[in-house]
Amino acid sequence: MQPDRHEISVSVNGTAYRRSVESRMLLSDFLRHDLLLAGTHVGCEHGVCGACTILLDGAPIRSCLMLAVQANGHELSTIEGLASDSGELRPVQKAMHEHHGLQCGYCTPGILMTMTAFLKQNPSPSEEQVREALSGNLCRCTGYQHIVDAMMAAAQAMRAAAP
Amino acid sequence: MKPAPFKYIAASSLDHALSLKAEHGDEARFLAGGQSLVPAMNFRLARPAVVIDINGLDELAGIAHGSTIRVGALTRYCALERDSEFLSSCPLFADALPHIAHPQIRNRGTIGGNLSHADPASELPALAVAMEAQMRLKSAGGERMLAASEFFQGSLTTDLAADEMLVDVEFPALPPRSGACFMEVARRRGDFAIAGLATIVTLDTEGRCSKVRLALCGVGETPVDASEVAAPLIGQACADGPIKAAAAAIQAAIEPAGNVHASADYQRHLAGVLAQRAIRTAFQRAANAA
Repeated sequence: MQPDRHEISVSVNGTAYRRSVESRMLLSDFLRHDLLLAGTHVGCEHGVCGACTILLDGAPIRSCLMLAVQANGHELSTIEGLASDSGELRPVQKAMHEHHGLQCGYCTPGILMTMTAFLKQNPSPSEEQVREALSGNLCRCTGYQHIVDAMMAAAQAMRAAAP
Repeated sequence: MKPAPFKYIAASSLDHALSLKAEHGDEARFLAGGQSLVPAMNFRLARPAVVIDINGLDELAGIAHGSTIRVGALTRYCALERDSEFLSSCPLFADALPHIAHPQIRNRGTIGGNLSHADPASELPALAVAMEAQMRLKSAGGERMLAASEFFQGSLTTDLAADEMLVDVEFPALPPRSGACFMEVARRRGDFAIAGLATIVTLDTEGRCSKVRLALCGVGETPVDASEVAAPLIGQACADGPIKAAAAAIQAAIEPAGNVHASADYQRHLAGVLAQRAIRTAFQRAANAA
């Protein structure tokens, strides 16, 4: 059987890409292997761990449960696009650093993408809401408390900086 | 953990999708949200030769409010969550949606994909049965309506023929003086239910139950319609005796198989606890709605 290939155009972190992909290529693998954006991590590959979370048109999704060919015409955001070009960290990233919200760091890109979208929609979340928002991202190091602390601090920092 | 090779076709219209399905039959699968199909393909539990992507078919997405509430198959959980009119007319969804997986899954998963997948531990099949939903099944050759209770045939098995698609679901409007409640127990929020229960209680003008609908998830091969079992509640006011009797009858009627998370006895225990709590809450909500 000849590989079933398709031309796709996607925007990732504001950069337009045009590539030919095999239909069975997962979006997570496309980002990592074809676009060399390996910041999106791959954990379970069946939608349980959340490590591969990216934003599709602004909404967090599992990139391991979407085919690359399905991303044709869509705008994606990955961890590589969070910090500014000069390297300045976003409030969510800074807060994770300051509150020791990561140890091994494997789950961190997925958590940051999930929480970036969440805090945009919920600028003043309760701790309970933060925990609920984090429920789809597994972390086996931290016990979550420091991540929750970081997100509460990030929300406060973002509110303080808002015009 | 990568899908086996397949041919991908993005359907350009519903007719196109249905004609492709008529051509390829069981060899083809419709791809909606992909939150069950893609993991199954990653594990190679599913190896469709053809994947028909219906995500571009806007005609299949959306909620129409009329004498019934009609929900297109491609309507995503996140769209249901954000539609306050839908949640107030179908209040079981307001209770159940937060239990369905996680935000990332709810941003992609669709009602039609969920119901067609027919996972017996999933919430929505039980909701569809409790709400007496009508499923519209379409093929290139025509369409038919089927009651939810007849749609679910077994674990991961529906009455859908190889050339058919579930295109929308019609939920009847709740009668006046109705209260609904869904509750479940899972190991963690978002996990599959160990047991879940959906009920709708309708009261007469005296505050006595005039109709009860009740369905469970996670305790059988299909969603379990226990409305008949709960029927002795009819004519009763909200009181401990009849509610406990109904819960005991439900415990006796179900045949949970047990699984790695819970023994059959524990599932049966949970079904009784959930029945008491959910029926009482539905009574109270019905009284408040009056």
